Amino acid sequence: MNGLGRYENPYDQDKVYDACGLFGIMDVRGRRFSRRDVIRAMANMHERGNGLGGGFAVYGCYPERADCYAFHVMYTERDRQPAVEAFLRDHFTLVHAEEVPHQSTPGIVNPPLIWRYFLQLDGKCAPQGEEYVVEKVMTVNTAGQGAYIYSSGRDLGVFKGVGYSEQIAEYFSLADYEGYIWMGHGRFPTNTPGWWGGAHPFSLLDWSVVHNGEISSYGINRRYLEMRGYHCTMRTDTEVMAYIADLLMRRHKLPIEVAAKVIAPPLWSQIERMEPRQRALCRTLRQVYSSLLVNGPFTVIIGREGEMIGLTDRIRLRPLTAAVQGDRLYLSSEEAAIRVVCPEPDRVWTPVGGEPIVGRRGVPLQEDRGIGVWECGSVADRRKLACSESSQQCKLTLPEFTTAI
Amino acid sequence: MFRVESAVQIDAAGVHYRDLNARLRDAVEDGAERIELHNVFGQRYIGTDLHRPVEIHIYGTPGNDLAAFMDGPRLVVHGNVQDGCGNTMNGGEVIIHGRAGDVTGYSMRGGKIFVRDDVGYRVGIHMKEYQGQCPTIVIGGTAQHFLGEYMAGGVLVVLGLTLQPGQQHVAEFIGTGMHGGVMYIRGELEEYQLGREVGQVPLDDEDRALLGELMGEYCTHFGFEAHEVFSQPFTKLIPLSSRPYGRLYAY
Repeated sequence: MNGLGRYENPYDQDKVYDACGLFGIMDVRGRRFSRRDVIRAMANMHERGNGLGGGFAVYGCYPERADCYAFHVMYTERDRQPAVEAFLRDHFTLVHAEEVPHQSTPGIVNPPLIWRYFLQLDGKCAPQGEEYVVEKVMTVNTAGQGAYIYSSGRDLGVFKGVGYSEQIAEYFSLADYEGYIWMGHGRFPTNTPGWWGGAHPFSLLDWSVVHNGEISSYGINRRYLEMRGYHCTMRTDTEVMAYIADLLMRRHKLPIEVAAKVIAPPLWSQIERMEPRQRALCRTLRQVYSSLLVNGPFTVIIGREGEMIGLTDRIRLRPLTAAVQGDRLYLSSEEAAIRVVCPEPDRVWTPVGGEPIVGRRGVPLQEDRGIGVWECGSVADRRKLACSESSQQCKLTLPEFTTAI
Repeated sequence: MFRVESAVQIDAAGVHYRDLNARLRDAVEDGAERIELHNVFGQRYIGTDLHRPVEIHIYGTPGNDLAAFMDGPRLVVHGNVQDGCGNTMNGGEVIIHGRAGDVTGYSMRGGKIFVRDDVGYRVGIHMKEYQGQCPTIVIGGTAQHFLGEYMAGGVLVVLGLTLQPGQQHVAEFIGTGMHGGVMYIRGELEEYQLGREVGQVPLDDEDRALLGELMGEYCTHFGFEAHEVFSQPFTKLIPLSSRPYGRLYAY
């Protein structure tokens, strides 16, 4: 491994066999807590990364400005800053701006300049809401290399860079933050460069994603997303997952149970054995959203306001262990990392491939939540997805759905 | 490291896996008969590079590739194990008082793994046998998908003891690409759960004798009664061909 120092490679290995490490903790009652557990867990999975990317998403970290979109902007070209700031002032009400606090940390070299801007929508663009924000993020990110908005949610902060996650936590002084969801990532880049923008999480609005694996369908997914206003600029496959989540679950309003069937659909042989309504829905989803099927091995933890979701590819080619204790949901690449911070969970299990594990704020964690058989009927009732049993056709009746496709 | 009675005690808290495995090698070289590892949290490759019988008790959650390339020791895990347990293991035993993760017994060449509870995906993938070497995995609970994928030899037993009455195994794609060895699964399986490369055959006396022996060992390890385990018939699965992809890759 070229370019690794003694800290990253203490045994001077010429090749390191590893994979990314993921960890997420959520308090489903929304109580905020410190970084301590997520960092202990990530440090326990140190072996899974190689120091070329680490990061965290913290939900609930800006309570005093929870009504503002908190843009974290990475300037790899410092001279881009005045133009970006002028753009933000032109299009938003700028409530507050500051450099993201950081401290000199061994192992962190050549950090880019990182600022954060707390923004509100003024009267005339407020009705467009989140669409407006997405458009402005994409405008900045595609305006030429050197400035990237990599965190744009309300009451959410993404902190990431090149280094081990423990180092990144120290660099950004995460001891000063609290959140009700903490998601961590230690990166082992395989196909794409280890640079500051390529570290996880990837985030847009209140979505953030940490990922272990490879998205082989990146090109297909990316083209589909580009036609809908999402532009990939971070040079890493995982970026599409954040935009897919936003497209399916915010714009198209699909519940996670349905979105999971788009991202990690059952195999055709499994669909053939389903009862008619469920079969019709799964067929329709595969037909309508064939370009959003995420192929290749993956485990992701997806965060959004009030929700944390764990999902693997349909044949689970990457690991995911879930655990619950009291009001805490844990998702991890390895069980040992959970046990470091929660020695005796109420329950530990590995979900079946393609079955989402979901923690929701305000919903107590139950024994079988998130792992049971997915019920087409209940989803249909809840979210107005109608399936006609006789025709074995599935019609998705959401207006946004029909107009957006 | 210090000796208490006859067991060598090692506190693994905060110890890197390389250092931990080096200490294990030293202890085994010094002639230890029994070693106890405490506070194990995710250290990898425990038991690797050990080549003689020694009993090692692991308290905690050992990391990936437990017993990789192991040849001789008996590991007793008081807890769950992660992915890749028994990777290319050549001899010895792993006894897991808990559950095991994905690809347990990956390319295993010999020895035995006993899992008290359930296992993850692709257990027994490409395990193989040669002459006197016949790897064996006994799973007390049930398995997730792709059990025995590309299995080339050895014995895989699934007891289903964690299933509720009336509940069936949910694993699909069982034995996909299997071309050697044998699987015994307690309970019935639907045709769709099987890979294209396996077939069901009735058990003969030799099978029952082998199962009896393995059940006895399982019950001894985990304190079950043998008659509970035998209360339901087994499904025996064997490969339909020793070379299922011969026509696919070579004309």
